[in-house]
Amino acid sequence: MRVVIAEDLALLRDGLVRLLSAHGFQVVEAVDNGPSLLMALLRHRPDVAVIDVRLPPTFTDEGLQTALEARRRLPGLPVLILSQYVEQLYARELLSDRSGGVGYLLKDRVGDVEQFVEAVRRVAAGGTAMDAEVISQLLTRRVRDEPLGALTPKEREVLSMMAEGLSNAAIAARLFVTDKAIGKHTNNIFAKLGLPPSEDQNRRVMAVLAYLEAEPG
Amino acid sequence: MFEPVVGLLVNAATGLAAWPLLVLLGIYAGLTHLTGLDRRPLDRLLGMVHTLAGFQHGRAVRVLDRHGAGPYRPDGIRREVGWLAVHSVAGPACLILLAAFPAAADVIWNVRVVEPDRPISLTFTLSLLALMIAGWMTASYLHTAQARLAHLMLGCEPSLAERVRELTESRAAAVDTLAAELRRIERDLHDGAQARLIAMRMSLGMIKGEKDPDRMRELAGEAWESAGQALADLRHVVRGIHPPVLADRGLAGAIQATALLCPVPVEVDIVLPARPAAPVESAMYFAAAEALTNVAKHSGAGQAWVRLRHSAGMLRLTVGDDGRGGADPARGTGLDGIRSRLSAFDGRLKLDSPPEGSTELTMELPCVL
Repeated sequence: MRVVIAEDLALLRDGLVRLLSAHGFQVVEAVDNGPSLLMALLRHRPDVAVIDVRLPPTFTDEGLQTALEARRRLPGLPVLILSQYVEQLYARELLSDRSGGVGYLLKDRVGDVEQFVEAVRRVAAGGTAMDAEVISQLLTRRVRDEPLGALTPKEREVLSMMAEGLSNAAIAARLFVTDKAIGKHTNNIFAKLGLPPSEDQNRRVMAVLAYLEAEPG
Repeated sequence: MFEPVVGLLVNAATGLAAWPLLVLLGIYAGLTHLTGLDRRPLDRLLGMVHTLAGFQHGRAVRVLDRHGAGPYRPDGIRREVGWLAVHSVAGPACLILLAAFPAAADVIWNVRVVEPDRPISLTFTLSLLALMIAGWMTASYLHTAQARLAHLMLGCEPSLAERVRELTESRAAAVDTLAAELRRIERDLHDGAQARLIAMRMSLGMIKGEKDPDRMRELAGEAWESAGQALADLRHVVRGIHPPVLADRGLAGAIQATALLCPVPVEVDIVLPARPAAPVESAMYFAAAEALTNVAKHSGAGQAWVRLRHSAGMLRLTVGDDGRGGADPARGTGLDGIRSRLSAFDGRLKLDSPPEGSTELTMELPCVL
């Protein structure tokens, strides 16, 4: 699997290159600023890009902006954004083109190597990987509007785990129930959100987006 | 050239408008005082007086070219009502005075008709010309005089001593705020990240002397856990110093991001021509965040709104909600915190929170964009 890495701190950049190489990824280029990142993404069209949100020259959200720009030019290009902090605003922007293949994780999560590598693979496969902190920010809100308000508390819990990017099997394991029970919940969720039967991965992205975009009430 | 005449016309119009306002004010003040009527209609009338006074003061400042005197801040509503009473007479009176000139011209014209055999001479043309010049001079003199009157009566240019006292106070508040902030950061680091790092070092130290592989794995897990918590703590501290989203996206983005996290739905309406200076941005952001926290904690509201505009050298932020009202700056430190943050930049906080009514917080900061 071919990957492009963007991180301006050499220590972390080298760490990421080593970590991903050790897990069978081929790092085709590792860059340290926004403009080089855009060029690298357009040139290599990698299977996935791992990008630090804050990059030179502006040292603001250059990484995010570049990722969004690259996805405008190459729709569906899988990107995983790493950040020292998470903003729900940014999560929404990443998901807003509705084509999936996006991740948004705290940098700390890199420390949990297995889960991090799993998240990179999931994003490369067109799935989502939203940080648990984005999700927990959402849980403090009351949901008023339809159709999200129609979900049962259990279904909302399952949806929040779907947003993190967990598979049905992983959700089942976390909730100590059978895969079949989770399958029933996810089908209910898709039906209540009015998502037509289609490829499961795509429906999951749409459901997560509905979740992130819900107005609190 | 026509500016004084137009000005006098506007003054006359506002002066006439003052009449019904004064009458209503008298009636409502009496009723409110005698029968204990709801204060709100009276407050609304006083608000109109204030708006009118602000408008006229703005014009006076322009006419007298006294820019840089700072925003309009009257000493009190009594002064404004007093000015309104004077203006209601002076405004129309000046126009009547000016009307004497066309009247005089008319008389001269008629003299010509009454004595048709008198030659239409140079004197006749000259007297009309003289009248025109005198009229124009009088108009501009009256115009300036009215501006002076408004400026004097609304007396919003504080004396130098007053200004020095105000600045001394706001500087003290700024220093206090800064010191308190530094203490808070120190405490957060001490109790948070620092403590976690010590715990981590302890775990690592124990690993060094440990022989049992299972125990080593357990200790490594603890160290790993502590490192994660240290990172979370640092993130929290950084957010409190300068939220990264503020650096990334400016006030509009940062307030939007905060509104997204508010449990009450918030309507955000921000229009800014440019980014204010970083310290002003920061003060305004924390004020908005604090106000939204108050909405979430105390208001019991179903809907809130944030509005940010820049006009006439002033950044104006309004945060409102349809909750239970009755916010009191004397209780709780949130509003005090906002006030002292704003005062460091010569800003102001206005609270409108009647019991059982919607609350609106208006924060103003002078700021050049």
